[in-house]
Amino acid sequence: MSAAAKETSSSIANRAELLPALKQELSKNSSLSRTVLASLADKTGIPLNEIYGVSTFYSYLPVVAAGKNIIRVCGCLPCDLKDAQGVIGSIKKELGIEPGQTTADGKFTLEMVGCIGACDQAPAMMINDTLYGNLTPTGIAEILKSFK
Amino acid sequence: MAEKRIVLGNCGVIDPQNIETYLAKGGFKAFIKARDKMKPQGIVEEIKKSGLTGRGGAGFPCGLKWELARNTKAKTKYLICNADEGEVGQFKDKYLLSNDPFTLIEGMLIAGLAIGAQQAYIYLRAEYHSIFNLLAEAVKQAKEKGFLKHTDILVFEGAGAYVCGEESALMNSIEGRRGESRYKPPYPPTSGLWDRPTIINNVETLMNIPHIINNGAAWFSAMGTRRSKGTKVFCVSGDVARPGIYELEIGSSLKELVVDLAGAAGIKAVQVGGSTGSIIPLRMIDTPLSQETCLGSGAVVVLNSDRDIIDIVHNDIRFLHEESCGKCTPCREGTEVMLEILGRLMRGDGEAGDINKLEDLARAMALASLCGLGQAAAVPVLDSLKYFRDEYNDLIDQSLFLRSYLGSESYKSEEVVI
Repeated sequence: MSAAAKETSSSIANRAELLPALKQELSKNSSLSRTVLASLADKTGIPLNEIYGVSTFYSYLPVVAAGKNIIRVCGCLPCDLKDAQGVIGSIKKELGIEPGQTTADGKFTLEMVGCIGACDQAPAMMINDTLYGNLTPTGIAEILKSFK
Repeated sequence: MAEKRIVLGNCGVIDPQNIETYLAKGGFKAFIKARDKMKPQGIVEEIKKSGLTGRGGAGFPCGLKWELARNTKAKTKYLICNADEGEVGQFKDKYLLSNDPFTLIEGMLIAGLAIGAQQAYIYLRAEYHSIFNLLAEAVKQAKEKGFLKHTDILVFEGAGAYVCGEESALMNSIEGRRGESRYKPPYPPTSGLWDRPTIINNVETLMNIPHIINNGAAWFSAMGTRRSKGTKVFCVSGDVARPGIYELEIGSSLKELVVDLAGAAGIKAVQVGGSTGSIIPLRMIDTPLSQETCLGSGAVVVLNSDRDIIDIVHNDIRFLHEESCGKCTPCREGTEVMLEILGRLMRGDGEAGDINKLEDLARAMALASLCGLGQAAAVPVLDSLKYFRDEYNDLIDQSLFLRSYLGSESYKSEEVVI
């Protein structure tokens, strides 16, 4: 194998491992710190700015500190038709935060997201990897209680 | 016509965690037939004859796509199953993957034989993390049975980006890059993942393959309309009594799907194809669902007579604006300006020229955007202007009157509502 070919194949291997590696880091911490990104840059040889660029592109690779539990509420059409706004209002009231914010105790981050594929159970949200469907504004407190 | 469960045939029948239950139902017979009794070119010919088209929304002829990759001389080729189901109102792939991963694996293995791909990926969206293990286990069981000798399958998880359902953005994502669309040509069948020939098919497309190989192209092409063959899996949500997944022969009417099966009443309009889908008014409810009319990816959202069409289109564009990858100007800036105009209309700040601005913008985006996101973002805007133009006009007239009556300053708000 020529040097150039070798280099290509090793860069292919590194790049293909980038997203899985970032996810692996997220299983240890709730967000990707600069230290984590820098050590990945060292390990893979991919420049730090590029790893940062990749991370910030995807909504599941948070680079700013996130809460222990991430609440992702769907605001797309089918959920919106079924009063997603009421559900979001109820969460905001319960936690005292706006979408994009984290509670002071670091337990919850609230995010508005695109379709999560639960339109038949609208309105729906995900807390971490668990799906909650057929939500009502009054039922939110009960669900959040189990995470407090 | 009633439901015709072909792609959904094994859902709820087999155990998605146990390959034996799939084998007992005749599973992998099509793969063994394709491997032992057919030549790769023969498989491609059969799929071409069947008339199967892509089920992800674009509707490209599947056999033709395979032939393009088959005919390239490259040694390394890739196959990707697009399971990045991000379209608004769509949940069929999640249902299919979690109930019947084996038919998908069999379809992928046949596609692998046909095009000569050594490595295949299932690109699963991050939102469906809960089925990652189920899929990986199904692949492992197929491997233990010795089915993965020609083509290996890896489940690859995305990281949350709607645009990665677009094939070139998806490949960038697997390559560990930002999921931005690429300039085309070259198209993936000639140069795709790591510049190698790559075939990308939707989950549902691939799940049709074993049925076609088992029953023959003639059986498949007997179903459907002139240009779109077979069945389609639809996801119905919104103002219906029975939201859910329904499989119908292509060419069945929209009315049959949303009224007879899903139990919709008091319909005003139906959006077919998700956030970039056509908006069909009630008077056209008998429209047949096919590639010739409207089909898209199968997401069907029903809107009743209480709904405000401009509000619906605003929601569509808000989503597309958020998910635009930002690489090309028509889509990045176009969705931004559309959102601004629609937001202004809804706030009561509409102006006389707004409709023309929306139309101009929609046409420019459809012509000049890099990928389907920006090209199709214009569809709900243009459809709503075509069928519900009065609602726009009335809203603008009312706003103009109210502002002149109250004094325009009292209606100017500092904040842009998005």
